[in-house]
Amino acid sequence: MDNSLIALSVIFGIVLVSSIVGMYAGGRYKMNLEQWTVAGRGFGLILVWLLMAGEIYTTFAFLGASGWAYSRGGPTLYIMAYLTLAYVFSFYFLPQIWEVGKKFGMQTQSDFFHKRYNSKNLAAVASLIGVIFIIPYLQLQLTGLGIIVEVASFGAISRVTAMLVAFGLVAAFVFVSGVRAVAWISVIKDFLMLFAAFFIGIGLPYMYYGGIGEMFTALVNAKPTHLTMPGATKVMGHSWYISTVLLTSFGFYMWPHLFSATFTAKNNNTLRKNAVIMPLYTITMPLIFFVGFTAILVVPGLANGDMALLTIVRQSYSPWFLGVIGAAGALTAMVPAAILILAAAALFAKNFYRPMISPGMTDDQVARLAKVLVVVITLVALYFAIYSATTLVNLLLLGYAGVTQFLPGVLFGLYWKRVTKPGVFTGLVTGISVVAYLVLTKQDPFFGINAGFFALCVNFIVTVAVSLMTKAEVNPFNDNPAEEAKGSA
Amino acid sequence: MHKPSLQSILIGLIPFVAMCFTVVLWDQVHPFVLGLPFNIFWIILWILITPIIMSFAYRSERARIDAQDSGMKGGA
Repeated sequence: MDNSLIALSVIFGIVLVSSIVGMYAGGRYKMNLEQWTVAGRGFGLILVWLLMAGEIYTTFAFLGASGWAYSRGGPTLYIMAYLTLAYVFSFYFLPQIWEVGKKFGMQTQSDFFHKRYNSKNLAAVASLIGVIFIIPYLQLQLTGLGIIVEVASFGAISRVTAMLVAFGLVAAFVFVSGVRAVAWISVIKDFLMLFAAFFIGIGLPYMYYGGIGEMFTALVNAKPTHLTMPGATKVMGHSWYISTVLLTSFGFYMWPHLFSATFTAKNNNTLRKNAVIMPLYTITMPLIFFVGFTAILVVPGLANGDMALLTIVRQSYSPWFLGVIGAAGALTAMVPAAILILAAAALFAKNFYRPMISPGMTDDQVARLAKVLVVVITLVALYFAIYSATTLVNLLLLGYAGVTQFLPGVLFGLYWKRVTKPGVFTGLVTGISVVAYLVLTKQDPFFGINAGFFALCVNFIVTVAVSLMTKAEVNPFNDNPAEEAKGSA
Repeated sequence: MHKPSLQSILIGLIPFVAMCFTVVLWDQVHPFVLGLPFNIFWIILWILITPIIMSFAYRSERARIDAQDSGMKGGA
């Protein structure tokens, strides 16, 4: 059998088995809208941990991080810092979001805006922004899948064909079973990812240099400035690092799909425990970086850094093992993609289409519309994946710049009673406009600072200023008005 | 809704200072520690320390919330 056939068969076999397991697990429950989107709020610590880990360790972590380690060097460290700090930050507001979510029956991020600011228009705007910035994240997963199949087929299958096949499978899988299937398939994916990270993260430096320390020594001798900031770039220095780490760690749970995953937890203590233990999951990331750093001197000169990990694996191991790594990579693209599609479809159907266009719809009709949207959203991302080319990390940073603009509305919504609907609305629109302007005119980083972070600062200032200039509103989240009036905690 | 206490927020600031704001101080290759360039060693070290630090924040929050929920209102 030729090499590409072996590698591709292994990938396809593992993906197929995982999908069947996922569908079987999901199929045992009757699906209504709440079951389909938040799994009936029944997940304990382990499943929430796996679900969140499954969403986080995407093809971005697998191919994008190693790709940046390869092509950018030092600035890539931001990834390890922000993942860890995102969990730290979550400790201070996710349990609170769960509490109000349960009290008001929230299923999506826009529900939060609807209930807190008593405005379906603000919720509709939020859902539209959420869906728009999910697209680059979804595009990232598609591009990653395309790269995997392209490398594993030794160039025989085109990236476009690969994307079409894989995403047909993801859409089918989301269609049938919803969030529960995704949680179970995540289990398989996480084990594969852990195995892959340890095996190649330690194995490859040993194979070529006799150890991790030896690999770094050789790299520092050959490229003395690659490992510190700004590395191989001109603009990603320390101010870029600080602003990017802040933007992405603050923005992490502003992703509509991660925000709504909060609602699947059984209780808010699950989320607190999660915030404590999740940073440990980041420990696989350095291993992925080691692969990227090893590849610099072993497979130099790749035009696209995102292909570094798979190219060095293909060169170093037998084809069936390339298949195993490829399958781990494929699942790290498909699981998050499924969740992203699910979140975007639910958001659009429930918080935009129903309130704005067809208010008479029943929950069942919304669920049916959401399923149609699964196909539509996948096709839009597929279109962008095929017709635009950028690195995986850049796609993710663009998404972050957008979704982090939700932060003032969420944080003030929880903790500042004086915040008003016009304040949040103006801040959000200003923030998004600043991001769009700076990114489209290619001014990112903006004076050495991440453009998304700059926009976030503007957003905060505008939200506060406009809130103070507008009339105070009733805070529906306040469960003890008398106590708050006295100004105590 | 249970708002986080000032104490737990201050605990959470520690990893932010170590991994983010102080980057100028530790973003260097030398000295190598355990075979790793110093900046990479520093980040990995803090990935491991952070859960320990956050477990203190967890304990402080749990104790406070349990006290609140058992009827000692205003104790926050």
